[in-house]
This record gives sequence, structure tokens and C-alpha cells, in this order.
Amino acid sequence: MSVRVGVVTFPGSLDDRDAARAVRIAGGEAIALWHGDEDLKRVDAVILPGGFSYGDYLRCGAIARFAPVMHSIIERANAGMPLLGICNGFQILCESHLLPGALTRNDSLHFMCRDQRLRIENTSSPWTADFTSGQEIVIPLKNGEGGYVADERTLDALEAEGRVVARYLEVNPNGSRRDIAGIANERGNVVGLMPHPEHAVESLTGPSTDGINFFTSVLKSMVGS
Amino acid sequence: MARVVVDVMLKPEILDPQGRAVEGSLRRLGLTGVTGVRQGKQFIIDLAGVVEGERLELLETLAAELLSNPVIEDYKLRVIEDQV
Amino acid sequence: MSIDTVALAEVSPEHSQPFAELGLKPDEYQQIRDILQRRPTSSELAMYSVMWSEHCSYKSSKVHLRQFGEKAPKTDALLVGIGENAGVVDIGAGWAVTFKVESHNHPSYVEPYQGAATGIGGIVRDIMSMGARPLAVMDPLRFGPADAPDTGRVLPGIVAGIGGYGNCLGLPNIGGEIVFDSSYIGNPLVNALCVGAMKHEDIHLASAKGVGNLVVLYGARTGGDGIGGVSVLASETFSDGGPTKRPSVQVGDPFMEKLLIEATLEVLQAGLVEGIQDLGGAGISCATSELASNGEGGMHVWLDRVLLRDETLSPEEILMSESQERMCAIVRPDRLPEFMERCAKWDVEAVVIGEVNASGRLTVDWHGERIVDVPPRTVAHEGPVYERPYHRPPWQDALQADTTDHLERPVTGPELRDTMLVMVAAPNLASKSWVTSQYDRYVQGNTVLAQPEDAGMIRIDESTGLGVAIATDCNGRFAKLDPYAGAQLALAEAYRNVAASGATPLAVTNCLNFGSPEDPEVMWQFAEATRGLADGCLLLGTPVTGGNVSFYNQTGATAILPTPVVGVLGVIADVATRTSMAWAGAGDRIYLLGDTNDEFGGSEWANHVHGHLGGLPPRVDLDRERALAEVLVAGSTSGLFVAAHDVSDGGVAQVLVEMALRAGTGATVLVPAALEPFVFMFAESTGRAVVVVSPSATGQLLDMCGQKGVPLVEIGVVSAAPELDFADLFCVSLDDLRREHERTLPELFG
Repeated sequence: MSVRVGVVTFPGSLDDRDAARAVRIAGGEAIALWHGDEDLKRVDAVILPGGFSYGDYLRCGAIARFAPVMHSIIERANAGMPLLGICNGFQILCESHLLPGALTRNDSLHFMCRDQRLRIENTSSPWTADFTSGQEIVIPLKNGEGGYVADERTLDALEAEGRVVARYLEVNPNGSRRDIAGIANERGNVVGLMPHPEHAVESLTGPSTDGINFFTSVLKSMVGS
Repeated sequence: MARVVVDVMLKPEILDPQGRAVEGSLRRLGLTGVTGVRQGKQFIIDLAGVVEGERLELLETLAAELLSNPVIEDYKLRVIEDQV
Repeated sequence: MSIDTVALAEVSPEHSQPFAELGLKPDEYQQIRDILQRRPTSSELAMYSVMWSEHCSYKSSKVHLRQFGEKAPKTDALLVGIGENAGVVDIGAGWAVTFKVESHNHPSYVEPYQGAATGIGGIVRDIMSMGARPLAVMDPLRFGPADAPDTGRVLPGIVAGIGGYGNCLGLPNIGGEIVFDSSYIGNPLVNALCVGAMKHEDIHLASAKGVGNLVVLYGARTGGDGIGGVSVLASETFSDGGPTKRPSVQVGDPFMEKLLIEATLEVLQAGLVEGIQDLGGAGISCATSELASNGEGGMHVWLDRVLLRDETLSPEEILMSESQERMCAIVRPDRLPEFMERCAKWDVEAVVIGEVNASGRLTVDWHGERIVDVPPRTVAHEGPVYERPYHRPPWQDALQADTTDHLERPVTGPELRDTMLVMVAAPNLASKSWVTSQYDRYVQGNTVLAQPEDAGMIRIDESTGLGVAIATDCNGRFAKLDPYAGAQLALAEAYRNVAASGATPLAVTNCLNFGSPEDPEVMWQFAEATRGLADGCLLLGTPVTGGNVSFYNQTGATAILPTPVVGVLGVIADVATRTSMAWAGAGDRIYLLGDTNDEFGGSEWANHVHGHLGGLPPRVDLDRERALAEVLVAGSTSGLFVAAHDVSDGGVAQVLVEMALRAGTGATVLVPAALEPFVFMFAESTGRAVVVVSPSATGQLLDMCGQKGVPLVEIGVVSAAPELDFADLFCVSLDDLRREHERTLPELFG
């Protein structure tokens, strides 16, 4: 019985098919979820993929957070279901207040696509359990609004509670505070990540295969429970 | 007929790279003494009827939750009644 | 305000009409009157003026473009040839690929961001209208001098526009070019290429077949965008001192286009569409007249049913509007409900605006009054055809006689080292990553090779690894020295680049950017270039599947360099066998394939170091290119090559620098005894590539080259040291090279 991982498609989602591919390569079953449908089709985990949902109009993720599918997702996430937001997905999670802080315009004002070195700092979440703590990886980053911001109190809390999941190394590509590339909620089941692990799962098309561990992590954590 | 205007600005402590870029342009184009530029958004919402009571409350909520992101933005809402 | 109807036109032949303001010449206006046997209504005048503009009708270029069909090499691979929106090529296993490159030059000068953005939008819709899912984009760009103030205005906006639109569509940007030359100041060239794939059975044509079928307009609402843009903007040059014509430029909405892509693919896959056409230049005028003339020959349109963004638009304006993100489908009545449902699912508006009939006429009504009644073929396909006069420029001989022989050359080791560092920082040779990092190369997860590699390569079929590679090239300086050879050199370079990646070249597209066709010297350049390209394609066996012509790229009397951009598409059975330019292990052997001659006419060295353009371009040898390509493909497929890179601008020196920086490790380099070091390093002779093989494979390489008659010489060994060591001459560190190579664009535009 393979683990069912839902991948949501909003109008304007772009990396949904890539996320589904990554789930399949990791050994899971990718289930397509439609933004307008509240039915989560008995999935064990959900991925909000990258892209430009609703064209990034108003603010990135601001409209997508109110989609019918999000009602069900928020409910289940609050009950512990693993939820990963990649790039635009991270933006949606912050707009939904499932994660603290917000993503703002890159300080360079340019869209930036680069192979980014990261350090994985939290391996207790279901999305990162398959990494070793402090492991350095290289996965693609591609965004125009990736600067993570939050007030000092929140940032201190994230650090103190070990909720910074990934940090930029060598180069901070967007001005994110404390070089934060990804964070988790208090419970640890909801993770937001700015870079794209789904683009680093095949050596043929990516800078490495380091990204696959995000997907194998959640499969392994499901099998255990 | 009513018109509601919602102005949304980044909170003062949030980095505004667009505002900064605009500031640079103003200076380069000859404007002296510029001490700061912030860039924001304005929403103009035209409605039939009047805006008060529950309707106004809903608008405030929408301004606080949809039109602005309370983590990084502040908003100001004004109601302009149009007699015509 | 009364509407100018057909009935009114019939009884008011003396009514004066502003045909000149709409871009029509007096004889063209008379031709329309002859066709209709009356004066045209204002709506008909609008339609003809836009459809008969240079940009839409190709009136100055048709007589020359015919050669692409007449001289087309016989090949089974061509499924759809010239004439349709884009060419379609069979790549095996039931898959077909469609690709095309188009220009959006003038709008990008006026409004760089939106001009470039809508250029991407337009070419993507072209590909969709063949029934394909768009898979990738590439953008050949050309600007004035890199340090010119106007380049600083135009380049960042264009790059942001391409990124802003393309990234939002979810199309990886897999390559392109950025070239600087003084002749492009005031006339930047923004060419956009898109490639898509479909199964054979999904190929759709832009024809309105089936009497009684419905014409459905779907996508964005129609507004006042780009009214007159096509005929007014692209068919007249800018006057000196700035663009005095500023009609409304089209503004793009990539989110709407993304929804349009998804809705279109769904209706195509569900078999709900009989014919399909995108709305580009000339909007509804073009879509309806083309669909009608390709199909049963007749169509009726109720123009007042068009959904409008601006209710004040007149019928003429609606017909001419170039609002973006719109498509037109021919749908059987019984399939309409499902078609509408699929559009609604994606929040895409759709409305029936017409019906196919067998009348042989295109008729348009506005609130019950007939405002257009024309034979569609005369609008869409039978526009004026000009035989523009042309002659070889009187200065051509002097230009060719002004060779590079007298230019001072670096000779000593230190001089060569300095020249190398100057060259790698030249704007035309420097790293373009400041630009390319603004593009998403990863989306869709099928990008196997992207810039700065020789060609962009994408995987089409995940289960088999079947893929395609594309390269676009043109050296405008070569083309100015000799347009016939220049076009062949562009073809040869793109062909060679595709082969270097391991794919077999199959088909060609082109974007021919020239000055004013009313200038006989420019027209001669065009005639020579098309002749050269057609002859070259025949010799190489790669047919032209379609393309684009952009005339009037000139400010006052100064035309741009003749710039025939050539795109070559190749197929690779398994993308896993592709070869990149990054060498790897120390000890691997570096070979130069082909012949190097002392020829520097039009070279980047002559351009950048001496500001010189003169002499003849490098000799073309298409037989050698063919043989070389066979070696490159065979070497890649068999896994013989560790790395491969074609030699072009900047010569072997540039190649070695690019390979070393990509690999992160250096080499010891041996100048072949027969060559002067300067010639070895910087000559731009054609038919050459640098390949790297493991020491145990050198015998195999020699055999392979021997069999194909391709000469080769060993020129170095990969080393673990971070430097390029030219033995007794000089040594230069990769750090120095990287610093010089990477700082040019950020310093200018960052």
C-alpha cells in the first residue's frame, strides 16, 4: 500500500507535475487535488507546489489561501497531517497563517534562478527526517518574492525552538532574514520551503538528486505511523 | 452609491526595495532633498447602496485579511458616499 | 454616430477614406476597390490595411521566401511545412514537434517590458494553435552598444519582460543569444522562439472546415490594445530623434495565457475542436480571414458578440485590436456545450462569434448591419506581392577589400594573455548569466541542457528519453560582409551547435531581421540571405519549416546589420546520451576537429579590439559541417565524448575558457605546430569543434574522424590545476578568467 501524497493545482500552479513526479520517484502515489474541490481523496500528506497561483495578483498566495481545498487542508494540517509548501506553496502557508512571517520581494528586485546551497537544520519534521542534521545540499531556487520576513520575536522563537528547517549558505539570494530558506510550524508537520526540491530528483535534469530526500522522508514517516 | 478606498502600505519596519529603487530614480532625475519613498497599493471599491453596520464590518475584515497581509502591511479604510 | 455599412459604401463611391494614415499606398487602395467592385467600408479598410501590412502579408519578402519551398530538401520528417502557423516535424515514436521563432522588435523599443512579454505570448499561442503543448522558449536578442544609455533603458526591461511572462507560463527558458552592435541602437531585436510537442494524431490546422460549425472566440476580453500596432508600427521605420508614432502597445497578462494554455490543451485533447487559430498581429481580422480562407471558404461573424473590456470601441477598432491572450476555435455545434464547460473550468471566457458557411465570402455584421463582405483569400493570402528592386551596395566591394591584414596582432605570450582576458570580457563573449538567471530553466522538469550550453535540450518522452535540441544563431557582421555566406554561416553554426549536444539536426526555422525593403541595398541583403539560407538548407538536408520576417529595422537611413537568425532543431533518441561542454577528469585529451585558417573578417577580435568590420567572413564548407556533425552525434551517442563544444565567436580561446569555467578545472594547452598562436586562439574558421575523450579512447576518435574525413589535432590535456597553461607562452588562472568573464554585464546593468 503506497503512501498517497496529494498535490494541489491552483489556477497558475506550475510545478505541480514536477512535485508529482518527485513523489512517484520516491515511491509514493501522487494524487492530483483541484483547488475548487474540498475532497482530499484520503491522502496521507499534501504538497502545495510552486508557481504563480492567480498570477501572484494582489499578493503571492493571497487569493489561493481562500480556495475551497484549503479549508480541508487547514483542518487536517491542524490535526497533524504533513503539509509541505514549496515556493508559492510557502507563500500560501504564510498567508493562511499556518506558518508565521511573510515572503516579500527579493531585495535585488530581480527574479533569481540559481542552484542554491542549503543546510538542513531540522530533521525532526516528516519532510526532513531522511536528512542528517546539518546536511548540506544543492537544489534549485527560482523566485521573485522569496525574502522571508518576520518580527524579531518570531525569528528568535523560530531559532530557539529549532523550527528553521533550511538555511541559505554562501549566498543569500533574496534578502531573507537570518538566511532562512524554510521553516516549520510548532507541531512540525507543516513545512514551508522556498527552494525547489522537486527539481533536484534526477541527475539528468537537476543540479543534484539532493531534493529526493524531502519526498522519501514523508513516505518513511507515514509508514512508521 | 458608495465608494470605499483602502490604502495599503508596508509596515515601516519592512524592507521596501521597490520604494528604494524609486527613491534612486527620483534623485537621478533631479529631485533634491528626498528623505524617503515607500510604495503601497490603493484599492477602489464601488458599491451599490450605503456602507455601514455589518457591511462596513465585513469590509474592515476583508481589508485586514484579504486586501492586506497583517504580518507585513497596514491598511487605512475610508468610505466616500456618492450622492449622485 | 453612424456605422459605415456595405450598403452605404455601395452608394457613396466618392467618399474620401484615410487609407494613407492606415498605411496603405494608393495603388493598394485601388486594388481593394477593384476586388470589391466598390469602395471598402471603413471596417473593410481597417481589415485590409492591417492584413496587407508588411508584417502580416510579407509582401516584400514572399518572392524570395518561395525558395524555401522550391528548394526544400526531400524529407519524410516534415509533417507540416511552410504556410501554417508553425512547422511540424516527425521525431519518431509517434511524436511530433513544432517550433518557430518570431520577432517583436518595434514594440520592444517603445515599451521594452511589455513588448518582450507579449512577444513570448504571441509565439506560445502560435505553437498552441498547432495542437501542441508548449514546452520551452528561447530568445535571440540584439542591442546597441552595451554601454549606450538607451541599451541601459531597453535591455533590463526586455529581460524582465521575457522572464516575467515566460516564468509565469511555466515554460523553461533553455537558450538564446545576446549580441551587442552599434547598428541596433534604436532598433533592438527581440526574437522569441517556442517549441512544443504532440502526438501525430493531435496535429491541428488553422482551417474552418465544416459548414455550420461555430466560430468561438475565447480568452481575454477585447480592448484597445495595440490598435494599428501591426500596420503602423512594424511597417514604417522610426524617424531620427525618437519614435514619433506611439500607438497603444499591447499589455500582456501571463496568468490569463496560462489559463488559456490549460483550457486549450483540454479542448484539443477531448477532440472538441475542428480548427484553431491564435489571435496575434491583426487580431480578429487575421484569425477570421485566415480560418475562412483555409477552410470551406466562407464565414459569417456577428462582431457585436465579441466580449469587450472597453464598450466604447468602434467596430473598426474591434477588428484591428491586438488584445493579447485570445484564441479562435472552430467547434461543431454538438460539441459546443462541453467546449464551454472546459473553458469555464479554467475561468476562461468564451463566446460564439460566427459560423462557417460555403458562401466563399467573409461577412461581418454589427448589430444587424453588414459592415464587411469580402473574399477572405484576398485579405489573408492574396495581398499585394512586391518585386522590390535591389542592387548590390556600391560600398560592398570596398568593405570586402578592407581586410584585417593590417590590424596589429598580439604575438608574445604576455600579449596573448592580455588579449585573452580582454576578449572574455567583451560584451559579446562575456558571461550572460546576469540575464539568464532571471529565467526559470527548471519548470516542467524536462530540461536536460540550457544556457550556456551549445544548444537547449528537452526531454519529450520520460519513458524512452526521446528529446529535442535547439540552437539559434546569427552573426550579423558576417552577414554584412557577405549576406549569402552570412546566412549560411548562421545555419552552419546552429546546425553544429545542435550536433555538438548529441542531437541529429532535422529542421530549420528563421527570423529574418532587416532594414527597410524600400532601400534596394537592404533588399539585396535580404535576397542574398534568403538565397544563401535556401541553398544551405538543401545541401544540409534540413528544410525550413516556417519563420518570420521583420523589416523596417532602421532609424533614418541607417539600417541594422542584416540579421538572418537561424534556428535548428535536432532529435536525440535518448537524452541521457547528450554531451555537455564541461570536461571532467585530469588526463583526458582535448582535440580540435576541423581546419583552422588565418581568417579574421568580421571576427569578434577585430570588432572588440580594433573596432574593425571588413574583409570576407570565414569560408563556408557545408560538406565539412555535415561530416563534422556526423562525428559529433556519433561520438556523443556512443559515449565516446566526455565533453564537446562548437567553435564560433572568439575562436578556440573562448571555447577553452568556457569549457574550463563550466568544469571548474583547467588544462594544459598545446598550440599545433602548423598554426600561429594568435590564429589558433582567435580565428573563427568554421566547421570546427573541440571534443574531450579519455586517453584510452583516442584511437577510436581518430578512426571516427578518419572515416568521415574530418581532420583533427590534439590541443591539450585536462588538468587538476585551476588554470589554462599555454606551455611556453603564458599561463592564466581560472580565477582571473572567471572574474573578467563574469563582471561585464553586472557592471553595466546590475
